[in-house]
Amino acid sequence: MAGTLAEKVWRDHLVRQGAGGEPDLLYIDLHLVHEVTSPQAFEGLRLAGRRPRRPELTLATEDHNTPTVDIDLPIADPVSRLQIETLRANCAEFGIRLHSLGDADQGIVHQVGPQLGLTQPGMTIVCGDSHTSTHGAFGALAFGIGTSEVEHVLATQTLPLKPFKTMAINIEGELPAGTTAKDIILAIIAKIGTGGGQGYVLEYRGPAIAALSMEARMTICNMSIEAGARAGMIAPDETTYAYLAGRPHAPTGDDWEAALAYWRTLRTDDDAVFDAEVTLRVGDLEPYVTWGTNPGQGLPLSANVPVPAEIADPSERLAAERAIEYMGLTPGSPLRDLEIDTVFLGSCTNGRIEDLRQAAAVVRGRKKHPNLRMLVVPASARVRLQAEAEGLDRVFTDFGAEWRNAGCSMCLAMNPDKLAAQERSASTSNRNFEGRQGKGGRTHLVSPLVAAATAIRGTLSSVADLDFQVDLDLIATSAATLPAPCPPLTPLSN
Amino acid sequence: MEKFTRHTGVGVPLRRSNVDTDQIIPAVYLKRITRTGFEDALFAAWRSDPEFVLNQPAYASGSVLVAGPDFGTGSSREHAVWALKDYGFRVVLASRFADIFRGNSGKQGLVAGVVAQDDIERLWEVLEATPGAQVTVDLVARQATTDGLTVDFEIDDYTRWRLLEGLDDIGLTLQHAGDIADFEAKRPAHKPATLPAKSLGPAKIVSARPA
Repeated sequence: MAGTLAEKVWRDHLVRQGAGGEPDLLYIDLHLVHEVTSPQAFEGLRLAGRRPRRPELTLATEDHNTPTVDIDLPIADPVSRLQIETLRANCAEFGIRLHSLGDADQGIVHQVGPQLGLTQPGMTIVCGDSHTSTHGAFGALAFGIGTSEVEHVLATQTLPLKPFKTMAINIEGELPAGTTAKDIILAIIAKIGTGGGQGYVLEYRGPAIAALSMEARMTICNMSIEAGARAGMIAPDETTYAYLAGRPHAPTGDDWEAALAYWRTLRTDDDAVFDAEVTLRVGDLEPYVTWGTNPGQGLPLSANVPVPAEIADPSERLAAERAIEYMGLTPGSPLRDLEIDTVFLGSCTNGRIEDLRQAAAVVRGRKKHPNLRMLVVPASARVRLQAEAEGLDRVFTDFGAEWRNAGCSMCLAMNPDKLAAQERSASTSNRNFEGRQGKGGRTHLVSPLVAAATAIRGTLSSVADLDFQVDLDLIATSAATLPAPCPPLTPLSN
Repeated sequence: MEKFTRHTGVGVPLRRSNVDTDQIIPAVYLKRITRTGFEDALFAAWRSDPEFVLNQPAYASGSVLVAGPDFGTGSSREHAVWALKDYGFRVVLASRFADIFRGNSGKQGLVAGVVAQDDIERLWEVLEATPGAQVTVDLVARQATTDGLTVDFEIDDYTRWRLLEGLDDIGLTLQHAGDIADFEAKRPAHKPATLPAKSLGPAKIVSARPA
């Protein structure tokens, strides 16, 4: 039977087909756990006298609460510390593998899975975190769940689910120099809206997607949830297999051959039908930034702040008025003129080695604008080690940026990395909600290239706005020609 | 889970779209390890504004929230549902809900009813004209009624049945433990496991220091 990629993965995980309005029961291949959404789930298990069914299909990391400085000292915030200690106790009690702060494999859960080779095509992957959609970049069906579902997966290794609808997102044309995967996904969300993907699994396809590295694909799938989608997927191809080969948990020998044969079947059949299709032409895409307080409120950087009176839809007009007030903007004024206080380079969206390389290529040998601070927070400890092996840490510190330890950090400000009220950020993260990066803070979502250019100029800027040439072709090539986005790691001492 | 059949309580008009989960409960409150006691965290940023609807005495005891489209977008935090329930809400009505939020609601006995936007506007008008007006939500009939106005809401049959019966999902799934074991016996050998743990090898992680 013809099927889309998402339908094939679904079928291959059906424990039981629901009848008469009942949901299907789906097997879960990998359950990722972190400190914030798990304590109540473990408590639920304890109260019911249950044990995790498959601890060996479960992996925990500490990421949301963890500080990005002084990680060798006790966590200063007692509430954060208790939550981390609770995760450690729960993992010890229930036999679950945990990568704690200070461990070389610690980091944001959505980077740790891929870098260990645990994220593979055709898997079902869940986590009590909406950005689980990241793993869809490998052709996995991966989605965020609530704490009740975390408990359910721990207890049964399954989830009762109604089938998702499928939407093709066709990306046509060639991505212009100076634009990145982040600009593609911001443009998609601006086009279909924060509710446009509700109930759907999005499959990103087309030549512009095929040309992307795994890291760039992760950036796109990561923000599927910002369009309201349950998940985002990209069919696996040679880029995917090259990324996986040799990673610690990638299959080897006969298992690799068997896996590869299966992975090659994971593509939408030519005669399969999507429930919806959207096309985005990226041939003349510009760097995108958000101006408002939801990720759908994005525009090309060259645009002006919207004028609410010109918005026909009353609900959108009201939302724009509210956003403009919260963000402290002047309707009709150029986005390029906005002065930035903090540049945040990091998160599960854009905290990977390729993102750091891109930003470093822009800021190398320069000094940051004196009116702002810049935080560089690698997505994982391994990414940090890799960047240090390449000398990127020195590029950033010479520039005047702060080189931090790995974690979610200012993306959601659960640790001490926060914006002050009315402080304005250019952030490579995924959400510009009111107060997301600190109460009263104002967030503009940007790509790593825009973040870097902004850190130089002090106002929202693209690489094209700089008064010197950045060899963007070099950046594109260096990422694309690497055998794997994260090559074998060199220890710090070398 | 507590059974839900019909509920009557004060309706609260929340004229906002895209009420994301960071607005429902900011991340700073997610550090707690308990499942209850989140009532103070609900809409925390807005609660400091005296004009905010829940700060008006007529609405303060509300239990039926009538919100704009795309309610519950953003993070998967079930704390958003706990905070609404801890405050006293039993029902949220909106024209569109984020998927994860709607799923979480169903697990926790909070009714997330989908109402046409025109009907949401009518409900807002009544609730604003008569602060403190009661809304009756009938899950059997899938209708909400206030002051002579009755609107239909949608909720999927399975969630409705579970809410009406007060059923626990894990218990339901474990009735199929045999099917799960059969499936596991057939899983391909190439699928990865997290244990025994493999790693890229030990490395010393140097702590960054404050600037």
